[in-house]
Amino acid sequence: MAETISKNNLTKNLTVREPIIVDAQPVNTMNVAALNFYYGKSHALHNISMPVPKQRVTALIGPSGCGKSTFLRTLNRMNDHIDGTRVEGSVELDGQDIYARGVDVVELRKHVGMVFQKPNPFPMSIYDNVAYGPRIHGVTNRKALDEIVERTLRGAALWDEVSADLKRSAFSLSGGQQQRLCIARVLAVEPEVILMDEPCSALDPNSTFRIEQLIEDLATRYTIVIVTHNMQQAARVSHYTGFFLRGDLREYGETSKIFTNPNDAETEAYVSGRFG
Amino acid sequence: MASTLAKDGNNVSGGGPSIPVKLVGEGRGKSRVADRVYDIALFLASLVVLAIIAGIVILLFRAALPAIERYKFHFLFTTAWDPIHQNFGALLYIFGTIYSSFWALLIAVPISLGAAIFLSELAPSWIRTPVSFLIELLAAIPSVVYGIWGVFVLSPWLNQHLETPIHDNAHLAKVILFQAQPQGSDMLAAALILAIMVTPYITSVSRDILRAIPRVVRDGSFALGATQWETIERVVLPYARAGVIGAVILGLGRALGETMAVTMVIGNSGSHLNLSLFAPGYTMASIIANELPEASTDIYRAALIEIGLLLFVVTMIVNAVARLLVLYTAKDINSGGGRKA
Repeated sequence: MAETISKNNLTKNLTVREPIIVDAQPVNTMNVAALNFYYGKSHALHNISMPVPKQRVTALIGPSGCGKSTFLRTLNRMNDHIDGTRVEGSVELDGQDIYARGVDVVELRKHVGMVFQKPNPFPMSIYDNVAYGPRIHGVTNRKALDEIVERTLRGAALWDEVSADLKRSAFSLSGGQQQRLCIARVLAVEPEVILMDEPCSALDPNSTFRIEQLIEDLATRYTIVIVTHNMQQAARVSHYTGFFLRGDLREYGETSKIFTNPNDAETEAYVSGRFG
Repeated sequence: MASTLAKDGNNVSGGGPSIPVKLVGEGRGKSRVADRVYDIALFLASLVVLAIIAGIVILLFRAALPAIERYKFHFLFTTAWDPIHQNFGALLYIFGTIYSSFWALLIAVPISLGAAIFLSELAPSWIRTPVSFLIELLAAIPSVVYGIWGVFVLSPWLNQHLETPIHDNAHLAKVILFQAQPQGSDMLAAALILAIMVTPYITSVSRDILRAIPRVVRDGSFALGATQWETIERVVLPYARAGVIGAVILGLGRALGETMAVTMVIGNSGSHLNLSLFAPGYTMASIIANELPEASTDIYRAALIEIGLLLFVVTMIVNAVARLLVLYTAKDINSGGGRKA
């Protein structure tokens, strides 16, 4: 029973990434400062400040309703599409505030892509799904599109499974394949940052494993922020972790530290499985 | 813990009073008779609906049989309508129904889709709710009220401000659509009033279809840097395509069968096929409404009833196709895909 097992035993069971990538001085692609977020009158995020290190995986963990998905969506202004929301503070991408006046959200989202919880392919072929982003951003040359589609499908580890028939409907793919297609679709826009909102929560363990491998691979070229409910997943794939609770960022740091020796008592309680 | 559970298994439910389990007896589950009666009553109620439809088809068919036997397929392809010499063909009315519905949809579809897209994708909620409500209210207005408005407002207005100026323009008057002495009560008035009547239907069904598309589909497009319009055009509308087509066909079904308002404004005359919008015409519904009361001979009545039968069959088929398309899209959306693109 829970109380008989020491917290040390539990944390040992989590596979924590070996601290090969401890940055002496991480370069930050994004920087969030004093961010407050409101849904109407409800104050959903309280004064969040946190960096997003370049070409690293940053995991956001915390119990349901803690604000981690809301926070993720402030990073590419997806909350703009929800009525009655308000943002204070700043979110900088390469030194520019994305909430400044005159910022073009279309341009912003070319740099900050997003993968969603449930695979959401468009009702069109595999090819057209991947070519969607490049096309709306003005690529019309067939050869250029062919090249992008192949490169990004390879990048998303899906090419070998679908190259035989790219004209197939994206809906004919399995859930895991659809999610990799959605990742390829994001890669095709060549973003700097990829936001992932619980990308594996609708997938089976095998597909989850493949997506996690893909995330590790992508982290060599992209900056990744991933929201996850699965603490083992956060421990496996991320270099940095932020723990959210009731709209506060309780603790942020290197993943190995958060999972083995957190400063905050509630972070410790959460990562050792005592609530959440 | 597991072993203690096994030892005193009787107390699993937390030490409640231990009433002996009794599965055989005369509890509520045994009153099968009441259940059976209830089942049969509901089954009969649903049977009544089917029986009414079957009854209508059979009675229409029997009443139309003299005309069917006498005119065979010529009935569908001739324009003669001569009660005195008992020479009947329905082509003029079939044409009038299709032609007026065609123009009605041509006018109504862009407006309805525009309104549906606005209400579903663009409108803030303080506009969305009242406007949606008003549109649904439009669908509830009795058609005779539309007819009165058509006779006293629409027709005179059209005649004075649209048809007469066009007719007086030497160039426009040569266009086949405008070749007739304008009189207000004509094909154009009928098409317009039909357009006004079907717009609320197409709008509200299309809006429901668009609202059923999950937010995450739109988000996927926005997150790739697509604008609102690119998202609507390239993702939302393709997703909703079958359902929106269904909504349009549902509107077509309404337009084909609409009787009262059309009869009041279409003019109810004409002896040959006329493409002019300014010429009066007939529809299948309006000829029946106009002439059935005065159909003095059996064959005259049978001919009118055969038109009714045709109209019934056509609108049934159109509605069935529309409902299948709407159902298919809704199911497709709920199951998150599975459709072959």
